[in-house]
Amino acid sequence: MALGFLPRPIRELPWLMLICVVAIAGFSTLVLYSAAGGRMTYAQPQGMRFVLFFGMAIAISRLRPEWFKKAAFPAYVVTLVLLVVVEALGFVGGGAQRWVNLGIINLQPSELMKPVIILACAHFYSLLPAREIRGWSAIWPAALLIGIPAGLILIQPDLGTATMVVFGGLTVMFLAGLPLRLFAGGIAFLAVALPIAFSFLHDYQRQRVFIFMNPETDPLGTGYHITQSKIAIGSGGLTGVGFLNGTQSHGGYLPEPHTDFVFATMAEEWGLAGGIFLILAFALILRWGMRVATDSRDRFSRLAAAGLTTTIFFYVAINLMMVMGLAPVVGIPLPLFSYGGSAMMTVMICLGVLMAIERQNRREARRG
Amino acid sequence: MKRRRFGGGPPVTEAGQTQSFSRRAFVLGTLQSGVAVLLAGRMGYIAIAQNERYRDLAESNRVQTRLIPPRRGWIVDRHGHPMAINRADIRVDLIPDFIEDKDRLIAELTRLLALPPEEVQRIRADLERGEGFQPVPVAEHLTEQQYYSVKVHEPDLSGVSVLEGYSRSYPAGAAVGHLLGYVGTPNQRDYDAENRNPLLITPGFKVGKEGLEKVMEQRLRGRPGAARVEVTARGRLVRQLQTLPDVSGNALRTTIDAELQAFAARRLGEESGSCVILDCNNGDILALASMPAYDPNSFSDGISHSEWAMMREDERHPLINKTLNALYPPGSTFKPAVAMALMEAGVDPDETVSCGGGYTLGSRRFGCLGVHGPMNLHRAIAKSCNTYFYTMGRRIGIERFSAMAKRLGLGQRYDLPVVSQSYGTIPDPAWKQRRYRQEWSQADTLNAAIGQGYVILNPLQLAVMAARVASGRDVQPRLVLDRYPPARPLPFAAASFEAVRSGMAEVVNGNGTAGASRLPLDGIQMAGKTGTAQVRNIGADRGRAGAAWRYRDHGLFVFFAPVVQPRYAGAVVIEHGLGGARAAAPVACDVMTFLFDKAKAEERLAPLEAQWGGNIAERMARRAAAWANRPAGAPAPGDPA
Repeated sequence: MALGFLPRPIRELPWLMLICVVAIAGFSTLVLYSAAGGRMTYAQPQGMRFVLFFGMAIAISRLRPEWFKKAAFPAYVVTLVLLVVVEALGFVGGGAQRWVNLGIINLQPSELMKPVIILACAHFYSLLPAREIRGWSAIWPAALLIGIPAGLILIQPDLGTATMVVFGGLTVMFLAGLPLRLFAGGIAFLAVALPIAFSFLHDYQRQRVFIFMNPETDPLGTGYHITQSKIAIGSGGLTGVGFLNGTQSHGGYLPEPHTDFVFATMAEEWGLAGGIFLILAFALILRWGMRVATDSRDRFSRLAAAGLTTTIFFYVAINLMMVMGLAPVVGIPLPLFSYGGSAMMTVMICLGVLMAIERQNRREARRG
Repeated sequence: MKRRRFGGGPPVTEAGQTQSFSRRAFVLGTLQSGVAVLLAGRMGYIAIAQNERYRDLAESNRVQTRLIPPRRGWIVDRHGHPMAINRADIRVDLIPDFIEDKDRLIAELTRLLALPPEEVQRIRADLERGEGFQPVPVAEHLTEQQYYSVKVHEPDLSGVSVLEGYSRSYPAGAAVGHLLGYVGTPNQRDYDAENRNPLLITPGFKVGKEGLEKVMEQRLRGRPGAARVEVTARGRLVRQLQTLPDVSGNALRTTIDAELQAFAARRLGEESGSCVILDCNNGDILALASMPAYDPNSFSDGISHSEWAMMREDERHPLINKTLNALYPPGSTFKPAVAMALMEAGVDPDETVSCGGGYTLGSRRFGCLGVHGPMNLHRAIAKSCNTYFYTMGRRIGIERFSAMAKRLGLGQRYDLPVVSQSYGTIPDPAWKQRRYRQEWSQADTLNAAIGQGYVILNPLQLAVMAARVASGRDVQPRLVLDRYPPARPLPFAAASFEAVRSGMAEVVNGNGTAGASRLPLDGIQMAGKTGTAQVRNIGADRGRAGAAWRYRDHGLFVFFAPVVQPRYAGAVVIEHGLGGARAAAPVACDVMTFLFDKAKAEERLAPLEAQWGGNIAERMARRAAAWANRPAGAPAPGDPA
């Protein structure tokens, strides 16, 4: 290999995945530069954050998976406590209590909970003897592990993050081998329970669901987000209207053009080509993640790797479905691409852990 | 211990679990790929298949059509001299919907435009109660420097609209105030009345609010132009794309003689009164002056609350058009109409009535202003002898002379483009029965015969009467210059007209009540009739010079000139002027002089204006300043203390 001259730790980095990550983040700074009207207002902090978190991910990749396994439950407890603190002390941001001010940064503990719930569930199932997998004891502890933080996040209220925590936990349960009929039953139960749960939603959440189903009914009200987002994506065509030429984002028609709806900002200026490029880059990262999972030998690593990969998947999928009008507007950013540090931190933690597991896989493969 | 199980079959082993994991991870991976394909497909559908639709939507988002207010048609006088024109102007408005930080914005504008505190308060009040769509005017007539200073800051001032447009200007100022009215920003009622016409909420667009501007609105308005502009979601202009020019409104040519109108208004001076001049052969209104008046220029800019309060509380009523909307007992100016009725009723004009200073009806004494001795029709008009008109009026009866009065235009409503006209009363028994459910009495007839009692009229009607007497034609007053069929002769004997006209000529040029107001011209004489209308009947010295101004008698004068082949007729009413000969006739004399010899008339007016303290605009400015600087807490004039 041409890179043979490099020391092994560097040579053995997952280069394709890292190139994809850097490409996404680089593209992000371009789009944010345009979204700010040709200024570095968003692009510069975003770039600096990326470098910081990228370094953090590399640092995490040097740890051994055993360490995560040990840290899973303590981390879970700490994050849970932080969630409670948010309820008690957190100040109101964007109409919902989601942040706790730690002096230097506004920490969003619900964001941390996304990788932590994966690690905690993975650890739980790695402890569970194989024969127990079809018993009650395989379900209720996991249900509690997932249910408590999800409930706390839901009352913040943050439907999007709560959904992701539940999905992440369920993914690990599914991969751990719980009987399929449980999931089939669960889906049947949801079909019945959803209409009832709907009546407990906040007005604005209910409104979002209604509008999601038919955004054109309220183009200037709550449906505005989805309608404007589709207009931005739709007017981009195959190759977009050109860098810095987007009128939807620059004219202020597109809401939150640099955060949740940054994909639409990108799509207007770069078109379908830019969109396919992004989706492809994320798909390569996800494929790498699933490979890491299937290559793992021990149960914890397998479950954690697949779960973390799926967490990244949920981010991307929910955000893209949202901006394309396939899911309600729930406030999930596009990781690495949207302006903001929380999601980037989460995803970088996920990638760091995945790289650490991959290093272990390589070691074990060398060992035979 | 028996464990409840969800699955039957053999117990799960570690190896089985690994297999199951591989299967399920594969399913999950496939699912993820499926979603990726779905998303790519969805994006392709939106961006490619529906590209055209969304491009159109983006376009309609971005591109707005903005109306360009049409230039309003000019109002010109009969000679084409401009009376209401448009002046290039720069104005600043606020669009409430687009304002981000109201307080900062107002503070910034106050600094840039040096807005007085009163204006700032008004802008705040307008913003409070305004509907988001309706622009709130901030300032008009910006100087070049102000324009550039606002323009430079415009990108940071969301919600501010700076427009280069036109504003209405009235060169004659207050002299044409009541006649032309003024324009103003449409209010909610205007907007609703026109089915929410978007033009009405376009910044800078104004509609007629009074006078001809209001009545002739549709004719003067024109068709708006349109500009396609690229805007941001907050309404800020990005660039202009395309412009369709406006079509300006049609000019309106009035019958008014602008110079005469201005002169009449000036000649009214400090008095509260009105002057109407007609072409007595065709009814063209040459002057329709009512003073004091508001300056339509300042009204069109939006009048301040203090200016408004000053006008409302002025006992000279600058807000009322006294040619049309003020009613007065005509007093002796009614006598030409009664005299016409006497002639038509067959009264011999040479028959004399001996005036012993009054007339006795039962136990009541009806006074005359003098002891005139034997009076015939001619001398009775010249001397304005009440006794003659009591006697003769009673002889022919109320029905006959009230019918004549109506035929001569009194108490009538005319087909004129005016916002409103008060047409007063020519009483008769049927009217009294209807109005008061009372029998008509002989005393009522006597009062009516000298233009008192129930008779009330507006000055335009008196001018029409004078015109009909002068020309013998059924002239209709009109304000818009156009081709009209000639006025038909009135069905009365030429001798009747001759008798009344010669009596009226005697009033001014012979041994009559207005001898002091002869025209200072060679070969042109004016005929007229004085009148004094009681404001209050309080004892012997009612309404005399010693009384408070507002209890003094009104002075009236109706007239025409020349005496031979009359061309012009008119009426002057001076409120609380004490008497027709004293207050009204001199005004009429000077205004009629102006029609024949402008230089001479100006010569006569110059010393008067010097005495009053300047021209109309100067006097109004002084008055406004005095009002603004009045001691705080002092009761406003006319305040019910």
